[in-house]
Amino acid sequence: MGSHRTLPLAFAFVLPVLLISGASALAQGPSFGIGRTPSPEEIKARDISIGPTGEELPPGKGTAKEGAQLYRSKGCAACHGATGLEGTAPNLKSKDPKNPDVWARGRILPLRAPFATIVWDYINRGMPLNREGTLTADEVYSLTAFLLFINDVIPEEQALDQQSLPKVKMPIGDNYASLPDWKPRTKRLQGYPF
Amino acid sequence: MGSKSLNRRELLKNSAALAGGLTLGAAAPAIGAQQSAESHHAPPSSPMIKGDKDGMIAYGERSNYVKSVRIPHGGRPSPDTFGLTFHVATPLQDSVGVITPSSLHYFATTRGSFLPDIDPSKHTFMIHGLVDRPLTFTMDDLKRFPSVTRLHFIECAGNRSSPRAKTVQESHGMTSCAEWTGVLLSTLLKEAGLKGSAKWFVAEGGEEVKGASSMPIAKAMDDCLLAYGMNGEPVRPQNGFPLRLMVPGFEGIFHTKWLQRIKVVDRYYMNYNDFGHLDDEPKTAALGYQIGPKSVITYPSGAQQLPGKGFYEISGLAWSGGGAIKLVEVSTDGGKKWNKAEFKGTPQRMAFTRFGYQWNWDGSETEILSRCTDELGQAQPTRAQLAKYWNKSYDQTFSVPGLDNSVQPWHIASDGRVTNGFA
Repeated sequence: MGSHRTLPLAFAFVLPVLLISGASALAQGPSFGIGRTPSPEEIKARDISIGPTGEELPPGKGTAKEGAQLYRSKGCAACHGATGLEGTAPNLKSKDPKNPDVWARGRILPLRAPFATIVWDYINRGMPLNREGTLTADEVYSLTAFLLFINDVIPEEQALDQQSLPKVKMPIGDNYASLPDWKPRTKRLQGYPF
Repeated sequence: MGSKSLNRRELLKNSAALAGGLTLGAAAPAIGAQQSAESHHAPPSSPMIKGDKDGMIAYGERSNYVKSVRIPHGGRPSPDTFGLTFHVATPLQDSVGVITPSSLHYFATTRGSFLPDIDPSKHTFMIHGLVDRPLTFTMDDLKRFPSVTRLHFIECAGNRSSPRAKTVQESHGMTSCAEWTGVLLSTLLKEAGLKGSAKWFVAEGGEEVKGASSMPIAKAMDDCLLAYGMNGEPVRPQNGFPLRLMVPGFEGIFHTKWLQRIKVVDRYYMNYNDFGHLDDEPKTAALGYQIGPKSVITYPSGAQQLPGKGFYEISGLAWSGGGAIKLVEVSTDGGKKWNKAEFKGTPQRMAFTRFGYQWNWDGSETEILSRCTDELGQAQPTRAQLAKYWNKSYDQTFSVPGLDNSVQPWHIASDGRVTNGFA
């Protein structure tokens, strides 16, 4: 904040950029000194965002066999159906699993997700209904393995853990749209008049 | 019109009674005694609200005669098979001005019947990831930072008119506009110090599913806001108490409620809510981010009744995720001629703009419409224009790609009945 130096003429070109990023970007350290530095342990405890590389995954492991049991005992089957189909909650298995077009197989999380880590993150955050956050890491690995197995993504005997889960090759590959590089004050889609 | 002149007559009578009461006041021992006595003064035409009634002193209630309420949004069964209410729409047909009262603000949640009941003195917000200094803030900490107060709309991606919609609440009610107060996210990210590899951030809420979304860091540094204030008081629980992320102009779901954590990352993280944005078509994926220019006439609108021919001010709202509204046009002849509407106040960026158009209805059947253009030159299309652009035939099966920002027609019958022009 408050770095009021006279700008050389050449800087005039980048002035709009500086205005957007703000004057305090020029400052070397915190401007306000407000807030507390969390410990690495505190960050780790709160950080449940699992990215595509899986670097945040906790220790643990599980297989589809264990997952199949948990799918019944944790109540998943009651909402998603005994086979992952025909439940009141979203389907977890494709009705058209052999369709060569992955997108035509349906909006099935453990099938359409570009990374297996997303399935882990989703179950860990949001399941089961009304008991979210109660599953252990082993249970989440097991349920993830079960859902990937029933969609023919991994074999039944494959154990998933910190190392193997991010390496699972999802059927969609890179056959999905990336998002545009968003910039301030630009149209939502270049060339689109509406 | 008839009832209006009657009210005026009653008003005159009442004021005569009041004036009489004041003159007689000194002589008469009590008002009750006067009323029971034979009097040529008319009794008060309406009962009185006791001024010290519960709900009138500590936190004011609206009049008993004002019945405007939110309704479950029709696009999704609500309550659903689990008995949960997900999406609730604001009564735009009753709105005046540009601010949606907090009690009537639309909301959408993953499992909306249960709201986190967060004690603000225990709530903390953490920034971590690709920053030089991870930081944790209490609510009191956040209120020490320089604040901003801005008008912003929020709109749910599911705000899509259909032939089934009878009213503007059903067709457009999943958007609202409020005055938000808080600290800019850029202020906090500068405090934490962004690393050069920072490209995206993931915002996470404190509800049961810890809903999370990935967003570009450029948006964070441009105008994202951590709001603790809404329309002059703390943000309401359904809107994210005690802290919500405002992502002006982006689809509603990005405006993370009960905000507890932001993680700065180097790539799209595809967490929870992001899966819903996964698309095979780059164009539709892009359209699922920033909201396009959109407007709708709120009066006269579906299910309303015009009492007869004559003067009306057509009134409506316009907004865009691309910035401020530059132009609103109204047609009263089914889209043949477009007339410039008047702005009520100065259009703000990513906020509702109220417009008006003075109209003398000749009593014949017609269709009224509005369309708008924003500061980037993006123009609100009709569905026919959109179908043409996307090389699709325009019929009932045509679905607008991305958030539906198409022109809404309201049909007016010769008897004054207003219905959805898509029906």
